[in-house]
Amino acid sequence: MGHGSMHQSASAARTDQPLLSLRNINMTFGGVKALKNVTFEVRPGEVHCLAGENGSGKSTLIKVITGVYRPAEGAIIEYDGDVYPHMSPVTAQERGIQVIWQDLALFPEMSVAENIAFHEVLGRPRLVDYSRMRQIAIEALSRLGITLDVDLPLKEYAIAQRQIVAIARALVGEAKVVFMDEPTASLTQSETDYLLEIVRGLSASGVAVVFVSHRLAEVLEISSRITVLRDGALVGVYPADGMTQSKITELMTGKTFDQHVRARAKDDQPVVLDVRGLGSPGQFEDVSLTVRRGETVGITGLLGAGRTELALALFGMLKPTSGTFSIDGREARFASNRDAIKAGVAYLSEDRLSLGLIQPQSIADNLVIASLHKILSGGLLADDRKRSLVARWIADLGVKIGHQADAISTLSGGNQQRVAIAKWLATDPKLLILDSPTVGVDVGARAGIFDIVAKLAESGLAIILISDEVPEVYFNADRVLHMAQGRIVGIYDPHQTRLEEIEAAVYA
Amino acid sequence: MHSLIRTHATEFSLLGVIVVISAVLSFATANFLSLGNAFDLLNISSVNIIFAVGLLVVLIAGGIDISFAVAASVVQYGTAIALGWIGGGGWLSGFVIAASLGVLLGCVNALLIHRFRIISIVATIATFNIYFGLLMFFTRGVSIYDLPDWLTDRVILFEREMPDGTWIEITLPVLVMIICVVATWTLITRTTIGRQLFAFGDNPEGARRFGINIGAMQFIAFGWLGLMAGIGGLVQAHYAQEVVPNALYGRELDVLAAVVLGGARLGGGKGTVLGCVLGVLLISITQNGLNLMGVSPFAFKMIIGAIILIAITLSNTRLERLLPFAGWKGTRR
Repeated sequence: MGHGSMHQSASAARTDQPLLSLRNINMTFGGVKALKNVTFEVRPGEVHCLAGENGSGKSTLIKVITGVYRPAEGAIIEYDGDVYPHMSPVTAQERGIQVIWQDLALFPEMSVAENIAFHEVLGRPRLVDYSRMRQIAIEALSRLGITLDVDLPLKEYAIAQRQIVAIARALVGEAKVVFMDEPTASLTQSETDYLLEIVRGLSASGVAVVFVSHRLAEVLEISSRITVLRDGALVGVYPADGMTQSKITELMTGKTFDQHVRARAKDDQPVVLDVRGLGSPGQFEDVSLTVRRGETVGITGLLGAGRTELALALFGMLKPTSGTFSIDGREARFASNRDAIKAGVAYLSEDRLSLGLIQPQSIADNLVIASLHKILSGGLLADDRKRSLVARWIADLGVKIGHQADAISTLSGGNQQRVAIAKWLATDPKLLILDSPTVGVDVGARAGIFDIVAKLAESGLAIILISDEVPEVYFNADRVLHMAQGRIVGIYDPHQTRLEEIEAAVYA
Repeated sequence: MHSLIRTHATEFSLLGVIVVISAVLSFATANFLSLGNAFDLLNISSVNIIFAVGLLVVLIAGGIDISFAVAASVVQYGTAIALGWIGGGGWLSGFVIAASLGVLLGCVNALLIHRFRIISIVATIATFNIYFGLLMFFTRGVSIYDLPDWLTDRVILFEREMPDGTWIEITLPVLVMIICVVATWTLITRTTIGRQLFAFGDNPEGARRFGINIGAMQFIAFGWLGLMAGIGGLVQAHYAQEVVPNALYGRELDVLAAVVLGGARLGGGKGTVLGCVLGVLLISITQNGLNLMGVSPFAFKMIIGAIILIAITLSNTRLERLLPFAGWKGTRR
């Protein structure tokens, strides 16, 4: 690779002989080249990041390494002294290659012990040895310094603990290299810190970790080297020292993004949303804020700070017990979100996959679902009206689609999010609440989403932008509110405050 | 203990409902709370429990089967005919024939589901119609009464008169039922195959990634239900002392309701043998009690429907799941 000499400080004692080395990896799906002559290597005990946008070939590469896919003729997979033309899942696991899939592939109804020691029920039919499974599970967890009740069904535990269970399972089979696909996607900051600590521990004990993450900050924090893929081809392998988030973004997307503070004072505009002392026990307390016409108010804070709950209250899905809020001067008392929509509030859910869009349905059907009354003709849905409404929004927001009738699941994360935004814009809202609009959206497509947000604000829409990534609200909102433990604890003007100050306050 | 109640909430609440109903019935009727009646109940429920534990395995593996009850009827006919060919036979040959026919019919479902990728409810509704249609067509709806004597004679394994004047008896169906229950319990909780069935029902994609043989899972689950249907069919013929083509028609929904009542989840990965047995017993007890109270049989279905709804609401759901937007509560930490 030629970069070996640049990075030795952390692992001087280790050999630079790769544990895993892939050359000549080509993979084609139905005429589309998913991997083009890719090279990849992992050294023993290193934390290696695999970076790339969605569709860049990261997952495909992992599946080649773990034997799920068979690469085209000519591939060379060298692992721990042996050479393979392709892997098989069984060989990969036997040789100590473990994967923690993004969806974890766990069994929620089964006990923690069974989930961790699942290999004990594989193979030839025999009686189950529960005490052995418990013992294996307890040992694996104690290697991670964790105690869980291994007899409880896994579903009793939150996602962070399930992540731990998945890691414990990977460690059972004497893992030499563990692939982690977006392990932190659904963790809070403190849980993420904890996970990164575990990753460091693994690395110190000689287990190599290949880390795939959208969150570039943690990638830089944890990894020693970064392999960047773009469009199925290798861009390069870089030491993490001296890398910056914007450099990785450039390498991943092949484009440069200049981020600047967009904030503009909107004090002369009429108030659209006026919240006074709003509270809901255990969720948020004494929240007061205003959003003016054309203003974008950012709300940041850790997961669980009450941001989403506040948004749900404004959207009529959660009844506040104290305080009031008004829309355009009229006090809002929403019995349900239908009332909220009627009053001009739109809420883009943080969980696009399961709540925001109906995945198997078409792009067009998803887009019109919240504004069906507009495409009625004589009480029935009119196809031509639907088509023209959809066409208008698709063009307005620059969504790249094949046909309106294609399933929404065929679109990339960024384009899906645009459709989700269009769905709400079609309801003619006065106030648009965007809850974590860039989750699962590629860095490249994120800028496009924020361009849309800016354009919408320009047209007079009042916007609340919720994100746990401070830079997103810092660069894209006119004001930044910091929420912690259900309260607004800080209000910042991006022109007056440095990003680092806000970050320090939020992540403290 | 606390975690036992937590993980077996369904069984505990079912037991609670059974105790409450039994208490009410023992006040309302003179005969309900006697050992004799309790053993009667066990004898009556045996066939349904055999069916239920078979269906449980399919539900755990994430499938559903509508056809097993008419398949049991087909088995009854096939077995009666085959026994005629071999000149009468006996219990052993009877069970071997019935079990093999049952497994065969179950495997037809598995083949349709696995090989031709038909979802289980559609596949088994189709085979339900095919099996029942064939049966009515070939038998022209005629029942068989001239069964071998060994099959129609009651086999009483244990009997005793109680101080209260009632008789307790354990008959062959109860013994067969107990064997089926223990065998199913062993299969799903003690063998690796059983755990694979759970895993497959819980997260099919996860199971696939572990290299679990998906086809084998389908054949084992539906084959096991077929086995239970075959055995249950023979036991039912023994109990009724006749083979009537539509005797079991409609039984599938009663059994399905009982199994779901017992905590098995439509969609897979969840269910216990104990819950399943309690589910069947709850329905039998209610039916029996209504009978003793002299309630019109026409009201039975209605009352049982209501009890199923109440018991399921109590046992199968935590409070937050009863509320709309339950989904997002779960995704939050």
